[in-house]
Amino acid sequence: MSAEPLLLVRGLTAGYGAVEVLHDVSLQVHRGEIVSLIGANGAGKSTTLRCISRLLRGRCERLVFDDEDLARLPPHQVVGCGLAHVPEGRRIFPRLTVRENLEMGAYRRRDPDGVARDLKRVHALFPILHDRASQQGGTLSGGEQQMLAIGRAIMSAPSMLMMDEPSMGIAPLLVARIFEAVRELRDHGMTILLVEQNARAALRLSDRGYVMETGRITLAGTGQELLHDRRVQEAYLGE
Amino acid sequence: MQALHHAAASLPLAVAALGAGDGGGGSDVLMQQVVTGLSNGMIIALIAIGYTMVYGIIELINFAHGDLCTLGAFLALTIAGAFGMQSWVGAADAAGVVLLLVSAAAFCAGLNWTVDRLVYRPLRNAPKLTLLVSAIGCSFILVNLALFWGGLPMDVFSGGVSAAAPKDFPELVSDQNLLGEDSRVSVTRSDLMVLGVTLPLMVGLTLLVRFTRLGKAMRAVAQNPTAASLMGIDVDRVIGATFLIGGGLGGFASVIYALYNNTISFQMGYRTGMDAFTAAVLGGIGSMPGAVVGGLLIGVARAISDGYIEARWTNSVVFAILIATLVFRPSGLLGAKLRDKV
Repeated sequence: MSAEPLLLVRGLTAGYGAVEVLHDVSLQVHRGEIVSLIGANGAGKSTTLRCISRLLRGRCERLVFDDEDLARLPPHQVVGCGLAHVPEGRRIFPRLTVRENLEMGAYRRRDPDGVARDLKRVHALFPILHDRASQQGGTLSGGEQQMLAIGRAIMSAPSMLMMDEPSMGIAPLLVARIFEAVRELRDHGMTILLVEQNARAALRLSDRGYVMETGRITLAGTGQELLHDRRVQEAYLGE
Repeated sequence: MQALHHAAASLPLAVAALGAGDGGGGSDVLMQQVVTGLSNGMIIALIAIGYTMVYGIIELINFAHGDLCTLGAFLALTIAGAFGMQSWVGAADAAGVVLLLVSAAAFCAGLNWTVDRLVYRPLRNAPKLTLLVSAIGCSFILVNLALFWGGLPMDVFSGGVSAAAPKDFPELVSDQNLLGEDSRVSVTRSDLMVLGVTLPLMVGLTLLVRFTRLGKAMRAVAQNPTAASLMGIDVDRVIGATFLIGGGLGGFASVIYALYNNTISFQMGYRTGMDAFTAAVLGGIGSMPGAVVGGLLIGVARAISDGYIEARWTNSVVFAILIATLVFRPSGLLGAKLRDKV
């Protein structure tokens, strides 16, 4: 593992109003890794991602991505650093076409050739997005919308993807397809931070994982270690 | 069929010719009300677009929008006074009209942007009610600015004798009947001016929203601001641009209103703003085609009420339409089908 992590979060504390929901969270993701963040509902997983992409202003000692100090940036400049966030609940643009949704992902890019190439990549990864190109995003099924949200993030040509609950509320067949896509992306060099309720599927896929409980990281290890950890098995794997 | 000779005027003339064709006096009156109503309706529609765009993007009924238009009209009258524009004399005044349109549009665009920057933007995460009350506050401020402006000791404001009195706006666009002096239905150069200014603006705005980078960003922000920001869109800047465009359209509307009606007052924006707000709700707030359809309907409804009921009941008719829409079809005529917010 290289010395400098791609993403470094140290001492992150954040909350909504007066309620503090993250306490001193630290984590790091190295280039080429899939790292998953697992934990119960309300543990603070999504809040952590929202802080990293600056949608939520937390206090932290360090928040560095690819040598950029993210803590100084407004949210709309984060994607320009190469960090794309596939948000919880997909948040596609329901009344833009599938094609326009994908184009929005490339909003800040100035290399039309590269954008065209990435559009082909996304269509190869999720052919349905090609078939439905001129349909409005809101008419897609939940699983297809998730594919659209992932495809839209890829269109920004990121070096790292943060995915928040990609399997939530989606038909099992499509869940398998989405996890397969995550693996394919990693095989092509994408670094991924994955937040998942489906801890087993996530850990199987991951190089490393963090367990989060009530706003704190309580456990960290490789995917295999966590899969075989008794506490993780009891709490999150239903064994 | 004489109408066909006036090629540029084909649409309203054809409408008028239809009315003239059946020769009945009653239908002439109706046709006249429809022509006047459509012209006023286009002006209302242009203001309604400003309401609906802002609502589409930050869910605020910007009650200051109508009063912004008042200030645009006062600026136009001030400039008309300064240049001594009197009445239609040809190319010089044509250039004058363009000058008035452009300066009022630039002024209202800048002012609307500034109001957003100073008042609404700091309240972006505040409850919607806070925003609404602030908009009402801005409306009061702008109305009183107009009242102050009207009291300035300038000849064009009758030397500021009565700040609140309606001011005459010079008749820079002729009201001569293009259908000939004996026609009982009158379609004037003013009617054509209204159409000639509003229609290209509406077409241009539609193209902008549909095809440009800014337009797509506006639609994205309207549909999901969080996701838009994750895409790298500077949401505050796009909202600012929306206020800029909406204000600019309001500025154009204020000048054609003044040229069409030849009178302005510090309350004109309140009244016309109410018509435009009703139009936006009737068409489906957030929908741009809805704002245009609503504007035309309100314009015609006003004219018909003026002609067949009595002018003093007209505002009540408009409010009745507003209430009926809110009760029976809150999403408006096009609100349910065409939900595109910008």
